Amino acid sequence: MTSVRINGRPHRLPDGATVAQAVRESGVEPGGRGVAVALDGEVVPRGEWDRTQVAEGQELEVLHAVQGGDGSAFTIAGRELRSRLVLGTGGFRNLEVMTAAARASGAEIATVAMRRVDPSAPGSILDALAAAGCEVLPNTAGCFTAREAVTTARLAREALGTDWVKLEVIGDDRTLLPDPAELLEAAETLVGEGFTVLPYTNDDPILARRLEDAGCAAVMPLGSPIGSGMGINNPYNLRLIVEQARVPVILDAGVGTASDAALAMEAGCDAVLLASAISRAADPVAMASAMRKAVEAGFEARAAGRIPRRHYARPSSPEEGVAELTQ
Amino acid sequence: MRVPRNTRYDAVVIGAGLIGLATAWSAERRGLSVLVVERADGPGAGASGVAAGMLAPVTEADFGEEAGVALGLAGRERWPAFAARLEELTGRPTGFRESGALVVAADRDDVEELRRLHELQVSLGLDSEWLTPSACRRLEPWLSPRIAGGMLAAGEAQADPRATTFALAEAVGEVSYGFDVETIENDGRRVTGVRGPAGAIECERVVVAAGAWSGTLGKVPVRPVKGQILELHGRGGEPLDRIVRSPRCYLVGRGDGRVVLGGTMEERGYDTTVTAGGVHRLLEHAWEVMPETDELELRRAVAGLRPGTPDNRPIVGAGDLAGLFWATGHWRNGVLLAPLTGDAVADLLVDGRLPAELAGLGADRFDRAGVGA
Repeated sequence: MTSVRINGRPHRLPDGATVAQAVRESGVEPGGRGVAVALDGEVVPRGEWDRTQVAEGQELEVLHAVQGGDGSAFTIAGRELRSRLVLGTGGFRNLEVMTAAARASGAEIATVAMRRVDPSAPGSILDALAAAGCEVLPNTAGCFTAREAVTTARLAREALGTDWVKLEVIGDDRTLLPDPAELLEAAETLVGEGFTVLPYTNDDPILARRLEDAGCAAVMPLGSPIGSGMGINNPYNLRLIVEQARVPVILDAGVGTASDAALAMEAGCDAVLLASAISRAADPVAMASAMRKAVEAGFEARAAGRIPRRHYARPSSPEEGVAELTQ
Repeated sequence: MRVPRNTRYDAVVIGAGLIGLATAWSAERRGLSVLVVERADGPGAGASGVAAGMLAPVTEADFGEEAGVALGLAGRERWPAFAARLEELTGRPTGFRESGALVVAADRDDVEELRRLHELQVSLGLDSEWLTPSACRRLEPWLSPRIAGGMLAAGEAQADPRATTFALAEAVGEVSYGFDVETIENDGRRVTGVRGPAGAIECERVVVAAGAWSGTLGKVPVRPVKGQILELHGRGGEPLDRIVRSPRCYLVGRGDGRVVLGGTMEERGYDTTVTAGGVHRLLEHAWEVMPETDELELRRAVAGLRPGTPDNRPIVGAGDLAGLFWATGHWRNGVLLAPLTGDAVADLLVDGRLPAELAGLGADRFDRAGVGA
């Protein structure tokens, strides 16, 4: 065995262990984003982790970038966000409930369908969101072609004075699944026009990569169809998307209850967007509070490093040489 | 414009919709001299002229809005006597009919959603019965064979809002049409009158019943919520006896072949455009539960503006000036609540007190909550 120190604590690694193994030993998934390693003060590039061996007595610093600074903030297009819950505003029974739920959720950003509201209308949803301290992220819900979505995004920029847009291009009325070809085309066009584009996408790792390559500021894969409350139907795909992404990943659509949101965060999503799960709950304000906690819990659990799954039990207290007190 | 007969009244009511007219009618019966002023050239120019007229406190019930349900039931209770009295006085119909309402599920997802609402209704002690698909179709044989179940609220009723508005306009003493109030005049403490381009009226009490436009006359968080609605007509009568609803639309038969199909809910400011998409979706949603709607004549497509408030409950009570009263923000329930609100505001004008059912509905509740205007 080789004795090393990881983040100041002694660890024993098998002889010939690599940096990648040491990172895993520290409780961080080496495939995850935002991880940096220094060996005796020298940064080891990610590509070298599997080749670089750790020698007896060396000091490793494993830094998890998302844990830095505030401890929970993350960044989209240079903008730091403290809340990892983004609120959708559809389905609330009244504006008062929406305002109270927005407050309870802790969301900093709420998304609004630009085809469904007139931003200049008095006492509208936008005023209510302002009262709740939420910034408005316009979305293109209700658009079925790239052309419609691009036009809607331009109108939103004009009306709200923001370059940010949550891009939705729906391919089918019944499932409300995104239309991949139209979505990509709209994303390319809008990025070209200087928009910060956050696309609602299928849970397809290849499409997510294409959107990222097109210059999108984040990718927002669905867990399951909008409003279905079915949770995360393909956790494997979601993990692939998270693993490869160099931009934030926000789970969008499908969350039914708090555990779904926690699962998304445990899978490595940077944030969760949800609307119906809160707005159509019997008590939306209480559900907003539950979702806030679930998102935080999932995020912290991910960072804390879960134990491996095993086939058989392993006693939580040692079986040999234990003091009687702990028996 | 019809010039008012006098320059001074006990009270001026702004708005000749159902709420304003019901208030004026009730206040006159309590001995006040009342002038109703209306910007348009006839009664019911706003939501009252477009509304479907469902008197449906049970099937409108939703989570978190239990207080609104109690209010709706109180409103429903007032209707039989209100309609009988108005019809007797004017000889005009109100279209009031205790038809019941049937809410049907178009598929399994709808069943889940309606079951949840049905359980809420039952837990609130409301009269709601769950029915199998065939039981639904025995009640309403024109329903689609594909419906998956439904719930019957036998106590729901309906009225014809336009007919009722015209009857009320005849029942009240004086309505001045084409009178657009620009300011509510006051001496800093009390209301002293109203002023428009055509002149001024003196009064000690002003009731604002201007529906979706109420927010332009003072500080109340009332916003317009657009609804598109279609008027269909069946030559051989209507393919329904009850109000028929799904989670996406409602159909109301008027008893003379007319069927009202509504309604969209849109946050569009004061826009009242009828859109292709709105009409398309209404027809699609109606067809889904009642295919026979395809055969009806499409007579009229209109859009109106519901007066919405932050908590979906009306604003009824005294304003921040002595003599100023609000009777507005009745959302989807203006027809249902018109008799109740009318009597209550008349009480307020005469005695300074509101009946218990309408307590706590003043505009000040929003200042406390820190939301709204």
